[in-house]
Amino acid sequence: MDERKKKFETIDLVLYYGNFQALKRISLPIIEKSITALIGPSGCGKSTFLRTLNRMNDLIEGVRITGDVLLDGKSIYAPKVDVVALRKQVGMVFQRPNPFPMSVFDNIAYGPRIHGINNRKELNEIVEKSIRAAALWDEVKDLLMKPALSLSGGQQQRLCIARVLAVEPDVILMDEPCSALDPISTAKIEDLMLELKNNYTIITVTHNMQQAARVSEQTAFFLSGELIEYGRTDLIFTNPADKRTEDYITGRFG
Amino acid sequence: MMSARKTYHQEIDELRGDLLRMGKLVEKSIAESVQSLANKDTVLAEKVIAEDDEVDQLELDIEQRCLKLFALQQPMAGDLRVIGTALKIITDLERMADHATDIARITVRLEGQPLIKPLIDIPRMAEIAQAMIHIALAAYVKGDAEMAARMCRQDDEVDHLYSQIFRELLVIMMEDPRKITQATYLLFVAQYLERIADHATNLGEWIIYMVTGERKDLNA
Repeated sequence: MDERKKKFETIDLVLYYGNFQALKRISLPIIEKSITALIGPSGCGKSTFLRTLNRMNDLIEGVRITGDVLLDGKSIYAPKVDVVALRKQVGMVFQRPNPFPMSVFDNIAYGPRIHGINNRKELNEIVEKSIRAAALWDEVKDLLMKPALSLSGGQQQRLCIARVLAVEPDVILMDEPCSALDPISTAKIEDLMLELKNNYTIITVTHNMQQAARVSEQTAFFLSGELIEYGRTDLIFTNPADKRTEDYITGRFG
Repeated sequence: MMSARKTYHQEIDELRGDLLRMGKLVEKSIAESVQSLANKDTVLAEKVIAEDDEVDQLELDIEQRCLKLFALQQPMAGDLRVIGTALKIITDLERMADHATDIARITVRLEGQPLIKPLIDIPRMAEIAQAMIHIALAAYVKGDAEMAARMCRQDDEVDHLYSQIFRELLVIMMEDPRKITQATYLLFVAQYLERIADHATNLGEWIIYMVTGERKDLNA
């Protein structure tokens, strides 16, 4: 039994897109200040699961959810929950870098400004702190007023991470953050993830099993909407308990 | 569920095949080395010595194959354990073949001298050691950890025979100092066979790891 603190816990989580059941009673803990990888073949429900953690699925029409998701022991679906605050606390980075069509500075300052911070000095500090935390400062410190879209793919993705960090989340959700990037940019982001996990809880969906193996401490294997196996990454990749897990990670299907 | 990565899985099958081949060569070397001693057959002994090169070459080939698979295919889980096990057991097999060669060299050294005693326990030790390798190979192919564990227990019998031979040869040496040289060589032979059986238990331990993912020390 893992003695460490749970940041999230899902309890019999079920999700329907219309008539299609995408998640089948998922009960999964997410350990705090650690990296958990979600793996599984296309369409298995891992991205759907990821999006339930900050209620991004609410934005999709026809979605029905039963069961519960606890964050720090409290349900995120309770009636009085402030969804905007939730999405500030639980940030998300997507597969394709999606900087806003504005300057590097304004991208990072966007979130804090929306939450009411207008003092220039304070914004400068937040922007620098976030960009440093995303291991991007040296590369963009003289380009803060340049359009964010003029950065390289890898830089843009780190910018998106900085943007998430600027609103001081506890949790960072990452949906295949490196799949659009070259190997060196991928390595930089993986290094960044390993640093960030000391202060943030990170959950990452990935198709790249070597990446899951390299960065995560826990891995959850999804198949057809079910959670097949969850455990320590080193054990899952050397000696998985379930044959379906074994078949997937050795490439016998997928 | 379609099977992907066909070439990769074929390569793992070929790896298993090579390992079996190596194991069978080692089995043969042990049998023939002791046979050459018991029958004072120097020609057979020379053959065993020469054929050791084949085992050495196989070790290098299999090792290369394993390292290549690691680098190019990033094996996981069961596949990882199959390849990791292969990498370990080729070392034990190669050492066993070396010991068989050492026994054959003693046959050559003792050419021209009659045996100071008929060999009974030494061939018996060799039979058990051979049987252990044979079972190890079967357990490896079947993925049978139980079989491997049972095989390891036969090492006790080999150790017992070794003690017996040791005492017997000591008595012979004390009774007739002219027999000391040959008795010492026979003692070496017994030692080599005892080492071979120990290596066989290593094979067993690795096969258990390959199947179950657990490392157990069965040679305590």
